[in-house]
Amino acid sequence: MTACDEVVEALRSEWSGLSVSAFRDQVRITVPRDALYGVLARLKHSHGFDFLTDITCVDYLRYAGASDRFMVVYMLTDTRGNRRITVKVPLNEPDLALPTVVPLWEAANWLEREVWDMMGIVFRGHPDLRRILLPEAFTAHPQRKDYPLQGRGERHHFPVIQRGEA
Amino acid sequence: MALEVPENVLLGKLDALAGWCRKNSLWPMPFATACCGIELMATGASRHDLARFGAEVFRFSPRQCDLMIVAGRVVMKMLPVLQRIWQQMHEPKWCISMGACASTGGVFDTYCVVQGVDRFIPVDMYVPGCPPRPEQLMQAIIDLQDKIQRESAVFGTRPGAEDPGADGRGGPPRALRELPILGQAAEFRGPLAEQGKTRGERAS
Repeated sequence: MTACDEVVEALRSEWSGLSVSAFRDQVRITVPRDALYGVLARLKHSHGFDFLTDITCVDYLRYAGASDRFMVVYMLTDTRGNRRITVKVPLNEPDLALPTVVPLWEAANWLEREVWDMMGIVFRGHPDLRRILLPEAFTAHPQRKDYPLQGRGERHHFPVIQRGEA
Repeated sequence: MALEVPENVLLGKLDALAGWCRKNSLWPMPFATACCGIELMATGASRHDLARFGAEVFRFSPRQCDLMIVAGRVVMKMLPVLQRIWQQMHEPKWCISMGACASTGGVFDTYCVVQGVDRFIPVDMYVPGCPPRPEQLMQAIIDLQDKIQRESAVFGTRPGAEDPGADGRGGPPRALRELPILGQAAEFRGPLAEQGKTRGERAS
């Protein structure tokens, strides 16, 4: 019994393929990619989840028991009903694309840019999908588990200024 | 035949005069990106009083500075900024790499952190520590003053003037190398030391 029971019931009556779990009153819904935008729009417009807390991404490479490579996580808050819900969507290579949710929450603009920068998830329809943390010239997505911790030499590619120059 | 010199006239080299002027009016550029910047601020503040060495005027415009103090880690997005600021400073100019991160990258051996600013800009003094105490930074500034005195020429600097002295760090050894710690050295104990008492016994 959680605060989001009727939300889950309403979503389940509309979409199939939702997988719901709960831990200490925190409800997690795993949705297929095709249903993602519809579920998020319904949560906002019909159930009052008006605040997008965060968008983040987990790389499950070499994770015991994981079936999907990436899991993009949307954390929503209902500021009037004081409820929270987590929506997760699994992604696998080579098709790492999701629909953008900027039309629903403006806050998604920078959050999706961060996920693109660090994880390489493409958000279709994003108004300005650039890197937000790393330099523009960076080519990799360094928060992926198959990226070496010390990088591939990017930190050494700068001109050297000698004494007496400039 | 000896030339008579009046009492109030000193003879010396013009280069030495230039070095004497330069070393006692350093204008630091605080390139503070992390916790070393807090120690840098403490060094400039009243307790440690960098004004004693003529280097207390921190300027945030590189056009008005001749000593860059890189305090903190520099990431690869910041390094072009650091290089541009360094190039905007006027000659003669010097650089202190303050702390483990600026000197070597420190514990941040990751893809985006530059492993020592000396890979990309010239550095005159390295200060170890994480972060260094203000005393260590002042020691680096004193050492740098010696270096400036040795290298200065009226027109710019003489990089070839490096002369490893007796201590291996260049130049003659200074009179004051290590400051005694208050309460340990005999000359700071005062009259209590003669009576064989410590500070704790006095309180009881």
